[in-house]
Amino acid sequence: MKVAVLGMGSVGRGVLSVLAAKDLGFSVTALADSKSGLINPSGIDIKKVLAQKKKTGRCGDKTISAMDVVKKADYDILVEVSPTNASTGEPALTYLKTAMNRKKHVVTSNKGPIALAYKELKSLAKKKDVALRHEATVAGAIPVFHTLEQGLAGNEIFAIFGVLNGTCNYILTRMAEEGLTYEQALLEARELGYAEADPTYDVKGIDAAIKLVILANTIWGNGVRLDDVDRTGIDLLTPYAIHLAEEEDCTIRLIAEADRRTGLLRVSPRIIRKNHPLVVEGTLNAISIETDMAKEITLIGKGAGSVETASAVIGDLLFIAGQYDRRT
Amino acid sequence: MKLEMKDSPGQLLAALRPISDVGGNIIAVIHQREPGSRSDTLDVQIVLELPEGRLDGLVSLLQKEGVHIQRIGEERLLYRRTVILIGHLMHTDLSDTIDRIDSTGFAEVYELSMSMPAINERSSSRLTIKSLTKDDMEKAIGILRNVCREKDLLLIEPLEAMV
Repeated sequence: MKVAVLGMGSVGRGVLSVLAAKDLGFSVTALADSKSGLINPSGIDIKKVLAQKKKTGRCGDKTISAMDVVKKADYDILVEVSPTNASTGEPALTYLKTAMNRKKHVVTSNKGPIALAYKELKSLAKKKDVALRHEATVAGAIPVFHTLEQGLAGNEIFAIFGVLNGTCNYILTRMAEEGLTYEQALLEARELGYAEADPTYDVKGIDAAIKLVILANTIWGNGVRLDDVDRTGIDLLTPYAIHLAEEEDCTIRLIAEADRRTGLLRVSPRIIRKNHPLVVEGTLNAISIETDMAKEITLIGKGAGSVETASAVIGDLLFIAGQYDRRT
Repeated sequence: MKLEMKDSPGQLLAALRPISDVGGNIIAVIHQREPGSRSDTLDVQIVLELPEGRLDGLVSLLQKEGVHIQRIGEERLLYRRTVILIGHLMHTDLSDTIDRIDSTGFAEVYELSMSMPAINERSSSRLTIKSLTKDDMEKAIGILRNVCREKDLLLIEPLEAMV
């Protein structure tokens, strides 16, 4: 199948390098970054473009925009992996809608449009008989939506608990291990590239809350929004508090929880037994799902990273190929 | 509870075993023989901790062992939850914070650990609250949430209730 890729950041480059390295039956016919675009119906030489991007910072022609790619290029699946805009979801939201209106499947790693407009996008996908896949939006490499929708098909999902932000988990792990203050652990996370210059989005629990909204909407279709999440960050935690928890064989982790039975949606630092499956180290993510038949299932894996997140995108691409590609 | 049992070898053990079988914890066994008593039965008082809802099971197990229960005393608070508070705990009147739970009559703060790094810095404390039922505990935690909001304290709750 023919694939158009929007975004050449960490995830985009990961997806492209995997598509170049593995023969998975996809041909990349269009590509765009924030400054340029490239369209080639007979297939783009990915290795050449990746090298060019590295050298010049652009993937193609300055006169071709991302919107040109979405509107004009010949492709079956749009892979939208541009940066997240949590307040409007744009421009990704428009790209996704435009592609679906052209009866193209879409795969995205972009949390903005999925958290803000899941219901609208899902109904558009249904109307146009195309797939809308967003495995990479939550917990990076962990195939949580495949697990929920395919593996746990037929189960009633009661509740979901997650460690969904690697930056926070890294900071809390370091505070517990070394007795660092929050400020020291944050500084270390920044030096290692785990935290942004402005860490607000991570440490205030906003990122985890957005992912929780995506999970709740996908599982229960309940149309909840970011404002519905009761949210407390980790920025006021002290190493003493963690020490007090450790004295009881517990620790503190930022836990996102959604419970369909009580309508609870909460992101907050919690006291948790050290041997609880959600207690993972460093930047790892973990998700526990509570269901009627399977009971409890916990998935643990890398929540970020170029090739790790690409794994989720590739999984979606192959899912679509399996469902819709009549040539195979 | 006060028990009456036959004064013969092995009887006390027979009465105590069911307590551990239902997950209980014996705190004290008081066993005093009246001087000159010729009764062939023995009175024993046992103070014990039991998980919520196990008392009926224990009663029927004891009866099967032939132990007669004379009296079941006052039930103590046994639902337990540990939380951590962070903030200016002393400046915001910690004893008032605790009293808001204790004054409910259905829940009480029974353990407190504190760490105060320096004057004017935020302190951290671990509180264990006991109550008789889960509902009472939820109510007590609800009160604590309000107190923390009012006093600008960070309340860290456990992910799961520990019984």
